[in-house]
Amino acid sequence: MRAAAVDWRLAAPLGIVYLALFAAPLLLLLGISLHVDQDLQQWGLDNWTKFWGDAFYRGVVWDTLRLGVAAVLATSLFAWPLAVFFCNASPRTQKILIFIILLPLLTSVVIRTFAWIVILAREGLVNQVVLSLGLSATPLRLLQTETGLILALMQIEMPLMLLPLISVMRGLDPNLLDASRALGAGMWRGFFRVILPLSLPGWIAGATLVFASACTAFISQSVIGGARLVYLPSLIWQQAMVVYDWPFAAVCSVTLLLTVLAGIMMLNWLGRYARTD
Amino acid sequence: MSQRRTFADQSFSLVFGGLTLLGLLILVGPVFIVLITSFTTSASLKFPPPELSLRWYQALFDTTRSAHIHRAAGNSLWVAGMATLGASILAVLAALAIGRSRRPAARALEASFLSPLILPSLAYGLATLMFFSLLGLRPSLTHLIGGHLVVIAPFVFRTTLATVTQLEPALLESSASLGAGRFMTFRRITLPLIAPGIFAGAFLAFVASMDNVPVSLFLSSARTDMLPIRMWGMMESTLDVRVAAVSGVLILAIMVLMFLMDRLTGLTRRMSL
Repeated sequence: MRAAAVDWRLAAPLGIVYLALFAAPLLLLLGISLHVDQDLQQWGLDNWTKFWGDAFYRGVVWDTLRLGVAAVLATSLFAWPLAVFFCNASPRTQKILIFIILLPLLTSVVIRTFAWIVILAREGLVNQVVLSLGLSATPLRLLQTETGLILALMQIEMPLMLLPLISVMRGLDPNLLDASRALGAGMWRGFFRVILPLSLPGWIAGATLVFASACTAFISQSVIGGARLVYLPSLIWQQAMVVYDWPFAAVCSVTLLLTVLAGIMMLNWLGRYARTD
Repeated sequence: MSQRRTFADQSFSLVFGGLTLLGLLILVGPVFIVLITSFTTSASLKFPPPELSLRWYQALFDTTRSAHIHRAAGNSLWVAGMATLGASILAVLAALAIGRSRRPAARALEASFLSPLILPSLAYGLATLMFFSLLGLRPSLTHLIGGHLVVIAPFVFRTTLATVTQLEPALLESSASLGAGRFMTFRRITLPLIAPGIFAGAFLAFVASMDNVPVSLFLSSARTDMLPIRMWGMMESTLDVRVAAVSGVLILAIMVLMFLMDRLTGLTRRMSL
C-alpha cells in the first residue's frame, strides 16, 4: 500500500509560525551569544571563553546537571512501584489513580512550589512532626538546601515520569511475569529481570521529561533553593533582567539548551544500548 | 496452584507497597496542604493552621487591595484563551497534514512540531524577549500570545495526531465515493471523530499557558503582568498568604475542569495511553 504524502498546504501555517516565532528567536539567541559587547556591534567568542574559563560558571553547569539527574533518580524510586501497583489495580482504581497523577500535573508549578514552602518551612509540616517526635531539638533547615529542592522537584516532576512508564507497562504481556514465576523466579528477580528491562523505553521517555524540566525549573529553584544555590536558569534570569548583559545571558541560555540536549542524547543512547543488550 | 510466599517475596511486597503508599501521599499531599492552608486565620504559613476562616479569600476578592492580582489573572486568561485558540487551529491542520503519512518527511515534521516540549523553554523565553526588543516592539499581550502559542501548540498537535492516525481510511473513502467533497467529508466525518483529541489537547494547552513561567517571565511587564509571575513575586518578597487563596481557587477550578473534560473527552484514558 502506498503511504499517504504529507499535505504541505496544511502543514505550512504552523510551520511558518514556528519558523518566525520559534526558529528565528533561537537563532537570534545564538547570534547574540557570539557578540562581544552589549551594543551587539562586535562579533567574537569572548563571552563563551569568559563563561567556560570561570570555575564558578562551570560549577553552575555541573550543579544544574546534577540536579536533573537527582530528580530523575528520586522520581524513579517511586515511579516503578506506583506503575506496578497501577497495572495490577482494578479499572476503577486505575481511574482514581490517573486523577491522582493528573491533579498535581495540572496544578500550576508555582502552586506546587508554594506547597513545598508550607511543608519545608521552619514552622512547616515536616518540622512539626520532627519536633513533636523529639527527633530534633531545633527546627531543621530544609528550605534553601539542595535536599529540600530535590524533594520538591521529585513531587513536581513525578507525573512526567509516571505517565509514559505506565503507558509502556500496560502494553506488557502479563503472562511474562507469570512465566518467570512458574520457572521459580521470585518477585525481586521477576521485577529486575522482566519488568524493569521491558519498561525501559517508558522510563527513558519519562526520564527525558523529568531531566529537562528539573534543569529548567526556575521558580522551584529560586524559591526553594534560595539565593545561595545558583543554577543555570537563575543565572540566565539575573544576567538578562538584573545585569542586562544580553550576550552573556545568551551564552548561559545556549549552554542550558546544550546541557539539556546532551542529557537527552545520553538517555537515548542508554535506551539503544539497553535494547541491543 | 499453591504459591509459597518466601521471605524474599514478602520483602518485595513490603518495599513496593511502602513506596507506593509514600508515593501516593507525596503526589496528592501537597495539593491538599495548600487547600487547607488557604483557610488559615494566621498571617503565617504555619501548618496545620491554628484556626480556619475565609480571611484570605476575602482579601483576595477585595477589588481595591487585590487589583493587581485581578489584572494579572485577567491577562493570563486572555493570553491563554487566545493562544489556545490559535494553537488549536494551527496544530489541528498540521496533524491532518501528516497524520496518515509514514514518510520520513512526516517523521521529521512531527519531531520539529513537538520540539518545544523538550527544549528548555527558559532559553526560548529569553530568545523571544531579545527577538521582540530588537524588532523595536514594546511589551504587549500580543507577544505573550505568540510566545505561549509556540510552547503550547505541541499539546494539541500530539493528542490530535493520535486520533488522526487512528482514523479508518475506509470511512473517508466511502464518504468520497458517496459524492461528498473534501470539505464535506472533513466536517461530517473527520472532525467529529478527532474532536475528543482536539478538546483534550486544547484543555492541556490552556492549562499549560495559564501555568507558563519561562516565557511570561521574560515577556511580561508591569502593564502586562501574568498570574504565575505575580504569584512568584508575592512568594519571593513577603510571604503573602493570599498566594494560598489564589492557589485554592485555581486548584478547585482545575478539579472541576478535569471532571468536565473527563466526561467530554475521556481525558484520563487519553493521558494514560
